[in-house]
Amino acid sequence: MTFLRSRIFRSLQPLLAVLIGLVIGLLITRLAGENPWHVLKILINSAFGSRYDIGMTLFYATPLILTGLAVAIPFQAGLFNIGAEGQLTLGALAAAAVGCVFPDIPWPLAPVLAVLAAFFVGGFWGFIPGWLHAKRGSHEVINTIMLNFIAAGIASWVTLYVLKNPESQNPETKAVGAGYLIHHFQSFGDAPLSSAFVLAVVAAILVSVFLWRTVLGFQLRAVGQGESAARTAGIDSGKMKIIAMFLAGGLAGLVGVGEVLGNAGRFRLGFSPEYGFIGIAVALLGKNRPAGVVAAALLFGALHKGTSDLDLETENVTRDLSLILQALIILSVSAVGLWDWFNKGRPMVNGGRT
Amino acid sequence: MMTAQAAVSAVELRGISKFFNGVPANQEIDLQVRAGSIHAIIGENGAGKSTAMKILYGIHRPDAGEILIRGDKKIWSTPAQAISAGIGMVHQHFMLAGPYSALENILLGVEIANSSAPLLKRAFESLARPVDRKGAKARLDRLADQYGLRKIDWDLPIETLPVGVQQRVEILKLLYQEASILILDEPTAVLTPQETEELFSNLKKLTKDGKTILIITHKLKEVMSLADEVTVLRAGRVVGRRAVADTKVEELASLMVGRKVNLKIEPPSKPVPRDPVLEISDLHLSTAPGRARRVHPLEKISFSVRGGEVVGIAGVEGNGQSELLQVLLHPRDFSKRNSASVAHATGSVRCLGRVTLNERTRLRAEEIKLLGVGVIPEDRHREGLLLERSMEENFLLGHQKRSAFSSKGFILRKSLRESALRAIEVYDVRPRVIDLEVEALSGGNQQKLIIAREFECEPKLLIAAQPTRGVDVGAIEFIHRRILEAREKGAGVLLVSSELDEILALADRILVMYAGRIVAQFNRGEASEQVLGLSMGGAHA
Repeated sequence: MTFLRSRIFRSLQPLLAVLIGLVIGLLITRLAGENPWHVLKILINSAFGSRYDIGMTLFYATPLILTGLAVAIPFQAGLFNIGAEGQLTLGALAAAAVGCVFPDIPWPLAPVLAVLAAFFVGGFWGFIPGWLHAKRGSHEVINTIMLNFIAAGIASWVTLYVLKNPESQNPETKAVGAGYLIHHFQSFGDAPLSSAFVLAVVAAILVSVFLWRTVLGFQLRAVGQGESAARTAGIDSGKMKIIAMFLAGGLAGLVGVGEVLGNAGRFRLGFSPEYGFIGIAVALLGKNRPAGVVAAALLFGALHKGTSDLDLETENVTRDLSLILQALIILSVSAVGLWDWFNKGRPMVNGGRT
Repeated sequence: MMTAQAAVSAVELRGISKFFNGVPANQEIDLQVRAGSIHAIIGENGAGKSTAMKILYGIHRPDAGEILIRGDKKIWSTPAQAISAGIGMVHQHFMLAGPYSALENILLGVEIANSSAPLLKRAFESLARPVDRKGAKARLDRLADQYGLRKIDWDLPIETLPVGVQQRVEILKLLYQEASILILDEPTAVLTPQETEELFSNLKKLTKDGKTILIITHKLKEVMSLADEVTVLRAGRVVGRRAVADTKVEELASLMVGRKVNLKIEPPSKPVPRDPVLEISDLHLSTAPGRARRVHPLEKISFSVRGGEVVGIAGVEGNGQSELLQVLLHPRDFSKRNSASVAHATGSVRCLGRVTLNERTRLRAEEIKLLGVGVIPEDRHREGLLLERSMEENFLLGHQKRSAFSSKGFILRKSLRESALRAIEVYDVRPRVIDLEVEALSGGNQQKLIIAREFECEPKLLIAAQPTRGVDVGAIEFIHRRILEAREKGAGVLLVSSELDEILALADRILVMYAGRIVAQFNRGEASEQVLGLSMGGAHA
């Protein structure tokens, strides 16, 4: 029993939850009349079977790393950011807008400008609910949700009326200038894996350094851990919350780099299959730590890619298994967390105070 | 060895053990309580007193051992069963519903708890049957008469009644439930000396009528004046049983701590007058118009603290002390210009020569801390510590911008670690595991960690609020000594405490706060506990 409460076990909990989720998910395929081993083999094969597959897995993981961080940082400051979807939409739109309006800027200045645009516009969209929370006391969950809708509205308007691609029936903007396109890794076949993946991993490392090695990061986590204690220690909690939300929005905005500069070359309406919301699950699974977020994003990327061949290769299981598996893993994480909480919620010796 | 052996005990615990997460909270606790006696359970924080009582009251189930009530073996899994066996408990933090009247608070849940019918049926019955308020009131008045308790106005909302009265309501609630064994957890923590006296005389009356009373406390003087017998716990075990007539405070203190304790602090030398470090003049605080959350107002507060002296603010909790501290530490939050502020402060405050609050200036909390102000906050769990973080990170809290611990925005981890290790050594914080979450420390050690942190940079002004609340005797001694040391070194200390002993022992000047005002002022040696108690109750207001 003591092992079950040890620190090592706690850090392994997400892994355990993933295993539980996978096992239950595969047992469900059994109910559907498939051989779970066979399904598992397809999953692994199509996520990691070839260089192309690995490239696609990493490609899918890229936005999830960023949105996972966009949820994890505010969480460390005691806030719940449900607005990554809106932040990434506007970040991507900003990158595309810069690319459409100034198509002739040469490489490497062009992508740098686009990255900055994505970061600051996304950051601004995070700053708004952060500021409202800090200065006016309004709840960030409600505000981020509402801002998601506003962002979607702005994106539609700009795409359809301002930067519309006249040569296409699709709701998308004109193409960005050639100088904006970023490096594709050649060793992964046709997979559109670009330097955006490196950007995301570097972002995760920087966030980790920021949170655990800098004064500002310490203050930010202190606010999330105990706002009253932080305030008594002279920390401006409102400022920390605003910074957390700004950074979160900026990181979510960087999703636009991979999409606009690394993949489509333009902004396409609805390009995100709700990366912003999957980011919540990624942060949860990664325990709101950058390393955990990267690992969880890779897992979700692998699930997404792994299930993509199920439609073709099995009779009874479709790629929606990916959603089922994601849901089961989240449920197991929550269940393990609940168990933890349940144990902890019991009074310690003398309830801590007498 | 005790007279209790002769007759059947009202309460007996035999070999009770209880583990939380594998940590023993109680080990083989034996306890015998004579019917009609007052039995004190004493021990340091974490000694297992509350756990033992919660087992008796059915909140926790023991891992081993048995409970006997009047000689009958009992096993219960909920407090309801304990209540129907005649056990009642007044918790340290009263379990009262603020906006409801005193009467409603007594009726809440009583009907349900006393029935043995299935839950749904009980719930339905209590809905279907109108509450007989008149009958209940009459019965309560009869009870109050019978036990000689002062009358209570049953129709007032409970939150508007003084704490002492609230406690009387809690006790009457138990009597109404026909409890014959009453457990009181730290009942005097929030009372004035006068209220305490009244409580004690009430408790004595109750025992004359055959009630048995168990009282958890850490105040040894109270044990001596109230209890018949006392059981001492240390580290989850019973380490002593005494008849109060046969023991002394010093013996009980050594039993609790496990070593000899020096309860008397040598009277400090005369204060050497230095420049004022805190000057407050004409400070007012009022709730901002239109704010739902009401703040205790402050009126015309003026006083100063000089370097090298301890100024004590005595008062029953909730008379504006918390608000005063908040205004001193966060003047900007109480500015009219700040639209989010719940209250507005006017007047002026100077800290260490700098104006921190007046008509034009409001310093930020960070700036005030940087002036050289050390703070021991009132509520160490909420305001003092990040409970789920390590001792090291908690040691850094508030000093993160000092050049000793950071450079160019990065934390200097090595020098932080060295300082933190040295500090927990010097301030004797146990266990000496720097990566341990603060949550796992005992109350006394948590407080020592805060003291280590706040004293490390030798503050010129120390604001200490309830510095020894909920900490054990050994730690109290240690903390008091440190505060006096800081004073010797020339720091000015503002001590806010509801413990009169503490104020009388440490303060060079005593201010009494009542209803948001300073109602009396005494120099060291001028005021007795009696006089102070009267002012705290508003006699001089």
